[in-house]
Amino acid sequence: MSTPIVSVQDVSKRFVIHKDKSVKERVLNAARSRQHRDDFWALKNVSFEIETGSTVGLVGHNGSGKSTLLKAVGGIIEPTSGSIWRRGRLAALLELGAGFHADLTGRENVFLNAAILGLSREETTRKFDEIVAFSGIEEFIDTQVKFYSSGMYVRLAFAVAVNVDPDLLLVDEVLAVGDEPFQKKCMDKIADFQSEGRTIVLVSHSADQVGSLCDRVLVLDHGEVQHDGDTAEGLRVLRAGFDRARQSASTSSPMVGGLPRLLDVTTHADLIDSTGVLRAGANLTIYVDIDLDRAPEGWMAGIAIETPLGQPIYRVNTDGLGVELPRTAGRHRISFLLPELSLGGGQYQVNVGLAAKDGTTFDRRRPATSFFVEHDHQGAGVVRMDSSAQYAPLDP
Amino acid sequence: MAESATERRERIRAEPMAPIGTHGGLFAGTLSSYRQVVSERYLLGLLVKRELKARYKDSSLGFLWSLIRPLTQLLIYYFALGEILGLARQIPSFAVFVFIGLTAWSFFTEIVSGGTTSIVGNSGLVKKVYLPREIFPLSTIGGALFNYAIQLSILLVATLVIGQFPARAELALFPLAFAVILINAAALALLLSAVNVYLRDTQHLVEVILTVLFWASPIVYSFTFVREALDGSLLEQLYLANPVTVAILGMQQALWVAGSESGTAVWPDDLVPRMWIALGIGVVMLWASQRVFSRLQGNFAQEL
Repeated sequence: MSTPIVSVQDVSKRFVIHKDKSVKERVLNAARSRQHRDDFWALKNVSFEIETGSTVGLVGHNGSGKSTLLKAVGGIIEPTSGSIWRRGRLAALLELGAGFHADLTGRENVFLNAAILGLSREETTRKFDEIVAFSGIEEFIDTQVKFYSSGMYVRLAFAVAVNVDPDLLLVDEVLAVGDEPFQKKCMDKIADFQSEGRTIVLVSHSADQVGSLCDRVLVLDHGEVQHDGDTAEGLRVLRAGFDRARQSASTSSPMVGGLPRLLDVTTHADLIDSTGVLRAGANLTIYVDIDLDRAPEGWMAGIAIETPLGQPIYRVNTDGLGVELPRTAGRHRISFLLPELSLGGGQYQVNVGLAAKDGTTFDRRRPATSFFVEHDHQGAGVVRMDSSAQYAPLDP
Repeated sequence: MAESATERRERIRAEPMAPIGTHGGLFAGTLSSYRQVVSERYLLGLLVKRELKARYKDSSLGFLWSLIRPLTQLLIYYFALGEILGLARQIPSFAVFVFIGLTAWSFFTEIVSGGTTSIVGNSGLVKKVYLPREIFPLSTIGGALFNYAIQLSILLVATLVIGQFPARAELALFPLAFAVILINAAALALLLSAVNVYLRDTQHLVEVILTVLFWASPIVYSFTFVREALDGSLLEQLYLANPVTVAILGMQQALWVAGSESGTAVWPDDLVPRMWIALGIGVVMLWASQRVFSRLQGNFAQEL
């Protein structure tokens, strides 16, 4: 039997943007005030239920409405239409240290912030040592927080937030704080929360974070739910969306007019599933179609493979491969063969460039195309290895 | 002691789903807002403390500053109006007289002007955490109450020193006058704090109006002058329609011993019924302000 903790029913939210705020302008433009208002729908007919104990990720582009949705669930923003039902104790972490007062000491701020998140004085007193220990800033607890480093500030705020005892925790993009050991601590705490049956709704741009924490993903696009369900599938939908945005913003720059120009870049793989995801070990071919109307002296074509975040993985060009390119005018196709792909799961983008051997760039496109590799069920990373493990007793 | 996942689920299942952000009817809404604020009273206390603590945190004189300001004002009015312009000759115990009105007035202005900016000033919290938003104007009231209590005790000590402690029947008027100021100021603070979110000019307008209204109450001059000038005309009734004026007159009647002893002080007729009426109107205004506030608060987070 399902036990929903949140029920969002046909919620829409309209934002009205006033372009003028002063009385003078309002009076002057009173007759035309309609023209001086812009409105847009941040959420359009969103409905879903969240099951107690689940961890739901809200993802989407900037401005897709995910933070608005989170705030609506938290009661901070009232929807224009529709209703939201909720039960259990709520804690919203939309901004760490909201309500910290710079002039008060860490100790005073812990009590204040805990009260803001709904803890009583007795509960705070009981948990105070735990909170301070978690933050790891015992020595500075009686210092005014304005003298804190930004890391200390955020750690204290996070320590308070995770030590309130919520049934439903709303988290907006705040988990990437502090140094690495502290982040690890935060992730462990989230895992504890999950095992204690608490419900977590999180907004994040980190696909890794969503992928490893959430058991359900809602992809929002322009205020509408584009996908609701399986995490891996949701992340793929999201990436496809990012990809479209990037394609339209793709920079194509013919440097010198009239020389080799890029026409089209396509990929082909032999092992592929119905959704276009490459299987492990597929042979990938990247076709680079060019138009050559004048034959330059010695030129080359190159490809580079990057992660969506721009981390370079592999780069190769025809010069390095020892291939001389034609000098006859007309359209040509250059094929790069990448056999038995051993890339880890995820999306990769392909950048393409055409250049003279002296380094003059004729044309380049980044990204030119992209492909998606199925997830590795054994390990994780940008490479895929056929790894294995075994054991044997150390003592004979 | 930690609750297991199953226990938690059972407890949540037992709890009914509640809609969030509903206004309720006219009266049921007031009641639910009231309940929410009462449930957050511990936080309210902390917010008041935060304001008071933070205000003078790094100054070496600290709280003394909250006394130095009204005392300076008192000195200025005492010398400029009392001694130089000669008001003190017609108003016995002029310093006590002025201080009664001055403290009451600063109590009123602190609530109204502080309350007006309270939501905008706490925008960080309003935008990021859900709290019954009424607690921000209410925390301003808490701070003002604290300051007023200190100033009032100085006033009482002073009357004790000069041997005019108001230990007499008229003192009973004080709680009523105090309630009139508190309730009316609270109603204005609640209303203006919400309006200020949408129209930021409000806070500046309020400052200007308060400066004007200072002279529309018998704070540095006595009601005797008003009576002489207006002589029971319609204008005098208009002057007395101001709840703050009525309340300050009530406070003077309660605390200003020299005035009643000298027999020169003039009081308006029916001061006590007037105060009750002002209190009644204040209560209705407070209720109406709260209703407006709760209508407007739904969009606070996006307007800030």
